[in-house]
Amino acid sequence: MSFAWAKQYEPQSAFTKWLDEKLPLPRLVYNAVGAGYPVPRNLNYMWNFGVLAGFFLMVQIVTGVVLAMHYAANSEVAFGTVEHIMRNVNYGWMLRYAHANGASFFFIVIYLHIFRGFFYSSYKAPREMIWLLGVVIFLLMMATAFMGYVLPWGQMSFWGAQVITGLFSAIPMVGEPLQVWLLGGFAPDNAALNRFFSLHFLLPFVIAGVVILHIWALHIPGSSNPTGVEVKQESDTVPFHPYYTAKDGFGLGVVLILFTALVFFLPNALGHPDNYIEANPLSTPAHIVPEWYFWPFYAILRAFTGDLAIPFTSIVLIPAKLLGVIAMFGSILMWFFLPWLDKSPVRSGHYRPLFRKFFWFGLIPTMAVLFYCGGAPAEEPFVILSQIATAYYFLHFLVILPIVSQIEVPKPLPFSITEAVTGKDKPAE
Amino acid sequence: MAEMSGATTPAGASEMTEGADGIRRRDWIHIAALSTAGVGGASLLFPLVSQMSPSADVLAQGSTEVDVSAIEAGQAIKTMFRKQPLFVRRLTAEEIDEANAVDISTLRDPQTLAERTKEGHGDMLITMGVCTHLGCVPLGAGEGENRGEYGGYFCPCHGSHYDTAARIRKGPAPLNLVVPEYEFTSDTVVRVG
Amino acid sequence: MTIRLGGIIAGLAITAVLVLWSLVPGFMNFAFGPAPEQQPSYAFYEHGGGPEGGFSFDGPLGTWDVAQLQRGYQVYKEVCSACHSLKFVAFRNLRQLSYTEAEVDAEAKSWTVPGIDPNTGENTTRPGNPTDHFPMPYPNAIAAAAANNNAIPPDLSLITKARHDGSNYVYDLLTGYGEPDAAKAAKVGFETPAGLHFNKHFPNVNIAMAPPLAIDGQVTYADGTEATIPQMATDVAAFLTWTAEPSLVERKQTGWFVLGFLLFATALAFLSYKQIWAGMKPKKK
Repeated sequence: MSFAWAKQYEPQSAFTKWLDEKLPLPRLVYNAVGAGYPVPRNLNYMWNFGVLAGFFLMVQIVTGVVLAMHYAANSEVAFGTVEHIMRNVNYGWMLRYAHANGASFFFIVIYLHIFRGFFYSSYKAPREMIWLLGVVIFLLMMATAFMGYVLPWGQMSFWGAQVITGLFSAIPMVGEPLQVWLLGGFAPDNAALNRFFSLHFLLPFVIAGVVILHIWALHIPGSSNPTGVEVKQESDTVPFHPYYTAKDGFGLGVVLILFTALVFFLPNALGHPDNYIEANPLSTPAHIVPEWYFWPFYAILRAFTGDLAIPFTSIVLIPAKLLGVIAMFGSILMWFFLPWLDKSPVRSGHYRPLFRKFFWFGLIPTMAVLFYCGGAPAEEPFVILSQIATAYYFLHFLVILPIVSQIEVPKPLPFSITEAVTGKDKPAE
Repeated sequence: MAEMSGATTPAGASEMTEGADGIRRRDWIHIAALSTAGVGGASLLFPLVSQMSPSADVLAQGSTEVDVSAIEAGQAIKTMFRKQPLFVRRLTAEEIDEANAVDISTLRDPQTLAERTKEGHGDMLITMGVCTHLGCVPLGAGEGENRGEYGGYFCPCHGSHYDTAARIRKGPAPLNLVVPEYEFTSDTVVRVG
Repeated sequence: MTIRLGGIIAGLAITAVLVLWSLVPGFMNFAFGPAPEQQPSYAFYEHGGGPEGGFSFDGPLGTWDVAQLQRGYQVYKEVCSACHSLKFVAFRNLRQLSYTEAEVDAEAKSWTVPGIDPNTGENTTRPGNPTDHFPMPYPNAIAAAAANNNAIPPDLSLITKARHDGSNYVYDLLTGYGEPDAAKAAKVGFETPAGLHFNKHFPNVNIAMAPPLAIDGQVTYADGTEATIPQMATDVAAFLTWTAEPSLVERKQTGWFVLGFLLFATALAFLSYKQIWAGMKPKKK
């Protein structure tokens, strides 16, 4: 679907006319990210991150395919082939650092993209499907990133594989056999490394497929905007090209400057030194921490320190391990229900005074605490802090959002996007 | 660029009437920005292409030392040099005569035996064991293998015959078997590469 | 509606579990007890700051001090290599330390590497070639452990990347040997176990490695630099930074070039963006 005033693609040359009849690929691009896609004219910089996420997916695929030309997924030599890339392969160090830090940047832009969605309620009708597909992309990204981190076969790789597959052993009855099945052995070894490599190579292309669905779903209602007021008329929109291609180009430049600063000057700042020690099944590192982008969820996992038991008896209803696993997966899976938990008719946080308070003074500090605690050792006060933060995290989405959307009195909305931008607009005829 | 400056909305249309000067200046900045981005994108190709060339360890795979003292006249050994087969052959007196008897102007790749051996070691023929046609390993270095019509090497893939100086005599190969760089570090030890 | 009701119930249940946990002792069977008591040895750990004046390769503009790397190589060769391998580094890499091809050849020859007898096929040793990697001092991990009081000397190729703030760490560790403060040790009953050595810059203070740099002048530098313990420690820490990341300086220099280009391109992109949006600016105020 598109708005009635959207520009139509007109092939200019005989060749493009011919191509448009046989395979209208230029038309598709024109309508998707060209002048044929009308976009609200009031998007702020928070709307840059979708394109940036797509860019970093491409960075990861290109550098990853190239690294796979030199890497060998064999537990005997994997660590050595990574060093071979760093030392012998032409520009190998650059490609590997770009891939490692590219993962971090992919997550940075995705987190900003997600929190844009939280604040502006991008998940609400008519955009539920975009949101659901986005959560699927995020889950696939987490799986891909985890398996990628195993490939260098350093200490953190090995023990990360051990611990994360250990999560599945919490499932009653089938847990232990499931973990053995996942690893293809009783501890991470060649079998696990090989299947992780295979899946790490495959999943990014699955992500790319879901990204196409995500963008397709986006083009049905069109982009949301900071007012949350739907597009009413032509003056509310501008064509994606050149307006947002130019803005995204500038945004890409800024993010690339930060990215290069990290790749060339602090390439290991976001990594862990222990992963430069070859995997050793006989010695566990002092603090096993996942990569930084998993910290909030790792904190939720570790917040559940005790079994759920019947008070004053030793009858355990749910063991601590399983509780933590349920909570960790639940903390993301519940995002699938978000469009139906928050029923406020107003989308943008700018016009929702109560919601906005809970967002800035509840959710954001909570996420900060969870981030910090996930990277900290499992000691007090971090355990109690992550317990409080975990409680708030679930309360926010499951209890506060539904209630706030019920009782809140939103501020008056502008008549249209044009009014929000220019200060005046006459009601549409 | 035409599309870019043309794709303005009615709200931006007033900009278009600014006059020829304004439009030209505007175009200039877009052309500069786009071409800079193009240069940046193109230069990214350099590491991506370069990574496929031989890596430092492959390039450094320098030399191989071969002890030739145990090779009898008429015998040859196969060894490895830079991951490719290397033929080391001690020629008999007849084989040397046979090679020298050829009028080199009749050869496809004219070279004398002396040009293909080291002075003082005229009986040691050291060549790559890689057919110059399409890279198969010719027969003739092993005991009892087919040495072809000219008593040197014979490539079974497409029937190239090499003579006792490993020069191409018959078949599709364009050049003689390659003589790598080598030197005698002592009377019995050869350092190839 | 059902989703919201279900959400509220689930959210309250999760919160109730967590709150009860935190507030009512004994309601839950805590898996973690109170934080384990810190071992007395931690009180003796001191954070070091690396060599005075830092390293030549520190900072975004840092470069190698080649003479220092050569000295550090000498320290590695004469001191560390008895127990520690350097398995990811080949002799040919020494070319980067400004040794000539002939010098690298000679250097490689001065090391004995494992080989195979061409006539019998038996394991033997031979002088190194430039393409060989630095040899392992022990045939396997068991031999390494057996020769070193059960502590395996780690490979040093990546040591400065495998430790937090690694270059400074290596320097601190090599200069951190000594005796604990006697009064303090007597008070908490701290004693370095037999076979271990006190080192205030080692995370748990007692290290299996005997002080490798014991006396000034342990190495005689070819360039005449006075071989004090801090000097040798700095040099070898610099050398091990190089072994861990030979591309460090190339990386930073490439980085400046790329950053400069990106700043230029981004400035152009900004101007282009502003130009395109010029007609769309709100006419407010």
